[in-house]
Formats: sequence, C-alpha cells, structure tokens
Amino acid sequence: MDATSRSFVANARAGLQDADLQTSLARFQGGFQVKRVEAAKRLPEFEALRDEARAIKDHTLAHLDHYLERYEEQVTAAGGTVHWCQTPEDARQVILSLCQEADARTVTKSKSMIAEEMELNPFLEEHGIEPVETDLGEYVVQLAEERPSHIIAPAVHKTKDQVADLFHEKHTPLGRTRRLDRVEELVEEAREVLRPRYLAADVGITGANFLIAETGSSTIVTNEGNGDLTQILPRAPIVIATLEKVVPTLEDATTIMRVLARSATGQEFSTYTTVSTGPRRPDDADGPEAYHVVLLDNGRSRMLGSEFREVLRCIKCGACMNHCPVYGTVGGHAYGWVYPGPVGAVLTPNLIGLEEARHLPNASSFCGRCEEVCPMRIPLPGLMRKLREQEFERRLSPAAVRSGIGVWAWLARRPALYRCLTGLGIRVLGMLGRRRGRFTRLPLAGGWTAARDLPAPEGATFHALWRKGRRA
Amino acid sequence: MPATPRRVGLFVTCLVDLFRPTVGFAAVALLERAGCEVVVPRAQVCCGQPAYNSGDRADTKAIARNVIDAFEPFDATVAPSGSCAGMIKRHYPALFAGDPVWEPRAQRLAARSFELVSFLTDECGVESVDARHEGTVTYHDSCSSLRELGVRAQPRRLLQSVDGLELNELAAPDVCCGFGGTFCVKYPDISGRMVADKAKDIAATGADTVLAGDMGCLLNIAGRLSREGSDVKARHVAEVLAGMADRPAIGAPARGR
Repeated sequence: MDATSRSFVANARAGLQDADLQTSLARFQGGFQVKRVEAAKRLPEFEALRDEARAIKDHTLAHLDHYLERYEEQVTAAGGTVHWCQTPEDARQVILSLCQEADARTVTKSKSMIAEEMELNPFLEEHGIEPVETDLGEYVVQLAEERPSHIIAPAVHKTKDQVADLFHEKHTPLGRTRRLDRVEELVEEAREVLRPRYLAADVGITGANFLIAETGSSTIVTNEGNGDLTQILPRAPIVIATLEKVVPTLEDATTIMRVLARSATGQEFSTYTTVSTGPRRPDDADGPEAYHVVLLDNGRSRMLGSEFREVLRCIKCGACMNHCPVYGTVGGHAYGWVYPGPVGAVLTPNLIGLEEARHLPNASSFCGRCEEVCPMRIPLPGLMRKLREQEFERRLSPAAVRSGIGVWAWLARRPALYRCLTGLGIRVLGMLGRRRGRFTRLPLAGGWTAARDLPAPEGATFHALWRKGRRA
Repeated sequence: MPATPRRVGLFVTCLVDLFRPTVGFAAVALLERAGCEVVVPRAQVCCGQPAYNSGDRADTKAIARNVIDAFEPFDATVAPSGSCAGMIKRHYPALFAGDPVWEPRAQRLAARSFELVSFLTDECGVESVDARHEGTVTYHDSCSSLRELGVRAQPRRLLQSVDGLELNELAAPDVCCGFGGTFCVKYPDISGRMVADKAKDIAATGADTVLAGDMGCLLNIAGRLSREGSDVKARHVAEVLAGMADRPAIGAPARGR
C-alpha cells in the first residue's frame, strides 16, 4: 500500500475539514470510552488481569523461537502446514499459489490487518481472483474503494447516510434498487448480499487473534460470525498471522481475551470465538481438505531485538485509538498507512521507515491516555519518544527545530545569561502586551497564534522580582 | 499528619518565571503557610522537557544534571506544575538509567520532588486554605498531573475549602487541552481543534473561571478563550488557594492603563 504518512499534516487538515468524518468521530469515541470504563468496573480483577496478560506476552516474546517451533510442530501434527514468510511479497506468493492449487475464483476474507500490510486484495485482483470482505465494516470499505481507518471498526469514518448511499449505488446492479436508511435494513441487505458469496468461495482467508503453541490452533474473535463462515465453508482455509500472535496455551489466550473485548468495545467477550485446528480428520463428519498458516515476519523479528519490543505485546484491540484526542480529531486515514492512532505511531515508523513516518510519533501531545487504557500496558508515549530520539540522532527532524532546540538548550544551561536575555525579552513583551493583555499575532509565533492568542506576560520574571525582595 | 519537610526548594518553572510570576509568589505563600522554609535556587532554568520531548537526550541530560545539582540540598523540591514535577519525578531516573553516578542521584531527587498542590495535601497535611473567592470555577486536570503523578482529588479538596467558591466539573476534565509542549506549535491545526473542544467544555459548565495546575495548559486555554472573545477567566489554581486572585487573570489587560 502506498503510504501517505509523509503528508500527515495535509491529511490531518483534510480530516479536520471533513464534516462527515467529524460527525462520525465525535459519536464513536465517546461511546467506546464509556463502554470500556463500565466493563472494567464490572470486573474487579481487571487491573490484575492486565498485568497477567502483559506477563504472558512478555514471557512469550522472550522465548518466541521456542513457542513458534512448538506451534509449527503442533500444526504439522494436526495435518496442517505452516509457511514462513519474511516479507509481504513472500506471503502474497504463497497465498497466490495456494489459491491457484484450489483453483480459486472467489476468496472470502474476514478482517485482517496483516492482509492490509500485504496489500492482498489488489494483488489477488491482479491475478484474476476476487476477494470478498465479509466483516461489515471491511465490506463497506471495500465497496467504497477505501482503506480501513480503525483496526477494529474499519468504516468508523463513515456516517450511516454515506453507507446508505454507497449500498444504494453498489447494490443497484444486484437488483436492490431501494435506498435504505435504517441501520438494521443496511445490515440485513449486507447479510443477504454476502451469504451466497460465502457459499461460492473456494478459499477463505482469516486473520488470527492468537496462535496456540500447545495445540497448533488459531483463534479469531468476531462480533458478526463472519470469521466462522469464512473459515468453515470454503474448501481451503488459509490463516494469516504475524509472528507475535503466538501464545503458549489456550488458557493464556483466554486470559488475554478477558481484557481484549473489554478494552476494545466494552463487551465481556466478543460474540464469536472460533478455535480451529488442522484439516478434516479421517473420522470427522466434515471439515476442510487442507489447513494452511501463512506466518509473516515483516519486521517483527527485527523489532523483537530492538528497544521497541514492547509494542509486539499489542493485541490490536484499538483502545488507544478510541481514547486518543489526536486520532479523535483527525481520524485514522490521516496516519497514512495500515495502523493509525498511538500504536500506529509506533508501528508504522518501525515497519515502513522513520523517514516516511516521522510525523506520527511527533503528532502526540504525550497526554498518556493511550498508555492508561492499553490492556497490555504498552508504554506508547515512551516508545514514541524513542522514535523522536532516533529522528533527532539521525538528523531527520527539520533543521529549524534542531537549531531552535540547540540554542535554547545551550542557553538553559547558563542560568545567568538566560536570566539576562529572558528578563529583557519579557519586559519588552510585557510592555507591548500590557494594554490588551494578549497578542493576536507575533513574529515567529505563527504556530501558536494560528489557533489562539498568546497571553501577555505580567512584565517581569519571577526571578527578577524575587531577587529584588518582592515576596507576594 | 506527615512531618513537614523543613526546607523546600521551589522549582519555579520557565513558564511561571516568564509569564506568570504571581503563581510563584502564590506557591511561596502556600508553602510558608504550611510551615515550610522556601528557598529559590538561583541556578535553575528549566527541567529539560522541550529537549526531552524533541528527542534531544544529550541536552536533556545536561540540563537535568544542573537541576539535580541545584536541588539536591533540599528536603523537598516543589514545582507549581505537574508537567515539570513529573519530568523530575518520573523521567529523570529513566534518563540516567544505568549511570552509576547520576542514576542514584536522580532517584534521590525524584523521591523528594512534588507537584505543589499534592505536596501541600499529601506531604504537609494541609486540609483547607484560608481564602475567599466569589464565583463559579471549573478545573482542568493537566495530563501529567493526572496520569504521571495521580493528582486528581487534592486540588478539588482544597478548592472546596475556599469560601464562596463553587466548583462545576467539566464533562471531560481528563482530556488533553492540546498544549503538549512543542506539539502545539508543530501541529497547530490539531492542537487548535483540541483547545477549541476544551473551550466548549468550559463554556458548558457556566463557570466564570477555569483553573488548572500547569501554566502550559493555562496559556493555551486562556489564549483560546480570548481568541473566541469569551469572558471566562483563566488562573493557576495556586492563585485562588493563596487568595491572590485579585490580580488580572491570564491574558487579561493590566490594570490602570
């Protein structure tokens, strides 16, 4: 996918000016926040569970090679195959050949951010295979030829009216010519359109919330049941996942699930939890003929050995974006690649390069809400700061910023000189601003005065007054 | 009641020093009333956050060493800011992690560093203040006070003891105002939208004054309120607690001109 993270500032401005987007964002964030708080309140051990969930992932990441090998052994023992893929291109080729083996014309897909990393849909289309998104939000995004703007609510940027127009336009050729305006009707129509697609699909591609090392199983959670249908109905299911999705046991997965849904949507559990292990066994009544897992690295093993390891604890619940005031004003598309919001601000520079995505870790006020709500206690602001440090060390930050900080820091280490210069400056500024109490414009302060006045200083510095003996 | 530390080093903060000395004097008054001896070390400038949050670790460390040198002699270091206190308390130890000389020094200073209002309540046992303020106020939690230092109840408790003052809560007191240090000038569109949302929330409370414990938030909020032509005044919470709210509010015209 062509990243547009480089033009974050312009993307953000477009988002701020998009009235429909603003309507959608205002509604969704408030709802998710209240639901999370209430769900956490109903579970006295919620905070302890967060610690437990973090410990499970930390342990797994510390022994990732062991658990991945164990996982592969168990998948193989159950009759399945694991395909190790270093790059998205490797993964695409494996998926294509599996589709071709199955003689696939149509592929159903349940929601997967990894598929977005691979840019799987356009690739399949190029090769004459039609991908059909089955998650309602993903389906909307696919019809609109857009990208997801949120990792668990891909179409959250769209209003109901926009979806109604979209369905009217795209479903008219299917004989559904009435424009619907109730949410229930829209959902029903999507269900009716998608149902035959499941049955016609030759291959079903699902992501994974967890890969279970002890059993070789993969687990997905959905609220629509589309994961089940995608995995069960086609002859050839394919699971796609990245390395860090593995956990040691089923019990570990369920422990993490207890914080996952609560953090994401405020549900106690997602509506559907699907565990699948291997293809049909000889005495099974039915089941798939084969079971393939495409295991993608795409930078994860490098991150594992870096100071960004902690972000690999992420279980993609979306809580950080549900609570981020920056995400809440600009929307997910502004971030310009697969993962938006605070976790995207850490992942994206790691996966596509800091040169491309340097804005993302900078576009945070470090308010700390993301870290506060992250079920896996990922120190997101701290990791963003590490990226800013890399940016500074590699001289990627704008020269004006670097020299500004340099001059200021030099001065800040020389209290006497600093006092002398700032004392003078503040006196001048204080005199100029005395009558009105504020500046609406000021040279070199355009960033500040674009959106607000600059309150005038009182006129003398505290240190100057203190030195003169003033005490109140 | 915990024993009151005798000698307090006041970390003035750059924004109080430059923009709002009144807050420094309010802090001194409150600390002295709580039984502390207040010293203002000459060799202080800034805690280093602008460099730290811009990724300039080397300069941050150099500045932090100055602060540690200047404030080590005191029983406590107190700042009228959650952001600067949080920097010293939470980030200095991390900044010097693994440094055999400076990490222990940073940790010692961190353990004795506090945000002003929580220092008064939690360390000095102050339960009420002798102040009067006619009017309705609202209180904005600065992100670092709230999330780095856990300051939430303390300022509200002391405000309840101010005669004549009524506190109306914001709908979202814990949402960032959009200041964020250099963030506000690097991303003015986003920051501007965040502070506009904050101003809306403030207006909805019907309060005549908005209070907060950090000058960064306050300059941002006061600047937005005045840009919108709002009558709502902005003050540091210490001004009200110290009975110094008779001076012009932040961004208001000086008297007598």
